[in-house]
Amino acid sequence: MLEVDDIHSYYDKSHVLEGVSLHVEAGELVTLLGRNGAGKTTTLKSIVGLVPPRQGAVRFEGRVINGQEPFRIARQGVALVPEHRGIFGLLSVEENLKIAARRRSRWQLADIYRLFPRLEERRRNGGNALSGGEQQMLAIARALINDPRILLLDEPTEGLAPVIVDEIVRILKDIRGLGLPVLLVEQNLRVCEQLADRHYVLEQGRVVYHGSAQAFRDDPAIRDRFLALSA
Amino acid sequence: MLNVYLFQILNGLGLGMIYFLISVGLTLIFGLLNFVNFAHGAFFLLGSYLCYTTVTLTGNFWLSLLLAPLAVGLLAWLLERSLIRRIYHLPHTFQILVTLGIALIIQEVSIMLWGPVGKSVPTPELLRGIVRLGHFAYPQYRLFLIGFAALVAVALWLLLERTRFGALVRAGSESTETVSLLGTNIFRLFSITFALGVALAGLAGVLSAPLRGANPFLGPEILGVAFVVVVIGGMGSFGGALAAGLMVGVVQSLMASLWPQGSSLMIYAAMAVVILLRPYGLFGRA
Repeated sequence: MLEVDDIHSYYDKSHVLEGVSLHVEAGELVTLLGRNGAGKTTTLKSIVGLVPPRQGAVRFEGRVINGQEPFRIARQGVALVPEHRGIFGLLSVEENLKIAARRRSRWQLADIYRLFPRLEERRRNGGNALSGGEQQMLAIARALINDPRILLLDEPTEGLAPVIVDEIVRILKDIRGLGLPVLLVEQNLRVCEQLADRHYVLEQGRVVYHGSAQAFRDDPAIRDRFLALSA
Repeated sequence: MLNVYLFQILNGLGLGMIYFLISVGLTLIFGLLNFVNFAHGAFFLLGSYLCYTTVTLTGNFWLSLLLAPLAVGLLAWLLERSLIRRIYHLPHTFQILVTLGIALIIQEVSIMLWGPVGKSVPTPELLRGIVRLGHFAYPQYRLFLIGFAALVAVALWLLLERTRFGALVRAGSESTETVSLLGTNIFRLFSITFALGVALAGLAGVLSAPLRGANPFLGPEILGVAFVVVVIGGMGSFGGALAAGLMVGVVQSLMASLWPQGSSLMIYAAMAVVILLRPYGLFGRA
């Protein structure tokens, strides 16, 4: 469904991705793990066109999408929920949703409010007035109303309290249950292990490990070697 | 005596609404595109000249009120597509150089087409009379100007605050990258906003024509005032442009009867005070 084929991406002259390949199939939730600076965010930005790869290809549903403008890639259903959520602070919650709304999306405003009752309560509030957890919910909701065919999430639980993290995990489980494929960048291993079908580990701009959730769980050495994070 | 002040305050409000119309376009363009448009005064000038030509050819001011802003907006749209969009990413100094060049070209072409001497535009026939209220008398056209510009202000506010387009413009002034991630063609949004902002300058030029006529040196003067208004009101702020536009208009108009020589000085002094007390302007945000 989404196929990243040996991409090389740069910030100016610094070579950040040195040949990343990965794929996400229909209905899968795949995580992209790795230490800070490994290239996880850059991989997502390369897919959506914010940092166009200089070599390699990104294919979505069989079509090459790299080289296109970000808005054209977004229109084909590749939705990124960016790292710092990208909520418009001067717009109300409802305006944040309405500028993203598309008629053909299976999620319309009413569906979003059913999924996120908290957002309906706060619909007239400005984006600035939301808590971190509410902003994350709004960012995910805004991606859903935008008619996604795949969802890319960049550290959705970063900086959130544990109860809110559980809430986000529940939402992501719902989304996966609906068959929407997800590529998740996440530092919180507990979250990843609850959700993922497969994992990729990035290190210094390269994929250094790739395996199923089962294989990853059964081999703690991988965790220690590549991530050195406590679960 | 009181009537003199009332007269000057009303004059100031009319002038202030013209300042608002030109400044709100400038601030809209700056807010969304982070683009400094030094050609904005020249587009105002073009609006005045197109009004003069339309009125001369057809005798119909109302036609020019419709056509001149459209024509100016169309020209801006073409310029944006061909030139302006290539320099959004450059530092402001480069943008100033390019747009100052455009302003000079428009000004010189205007002199070639309409001559170096200013043209006067007659007040539309319908509004040549005077409104009387007891002992107080006031020209109809000036009242019309205040009312019409207020209607445009309300329409513009509704457009910016109540429509999807307006929400996109406001969102884009926070982060154009995030707007494009939601599938919005950001380039089209830029073109439309630039053309709209410039068309408002053209409209201000038309409305001012029956009062001040059209003359080639109006452009730089009005550009200076527009920047004062935007700085006082706060970059990117609609409310700021309205409040500061009216304030500058009224101050200038009152000073014209109290201390004519100091009338321009006062608005720059007002700007200096505002910058000292509130560096981001009355309604600005950091």
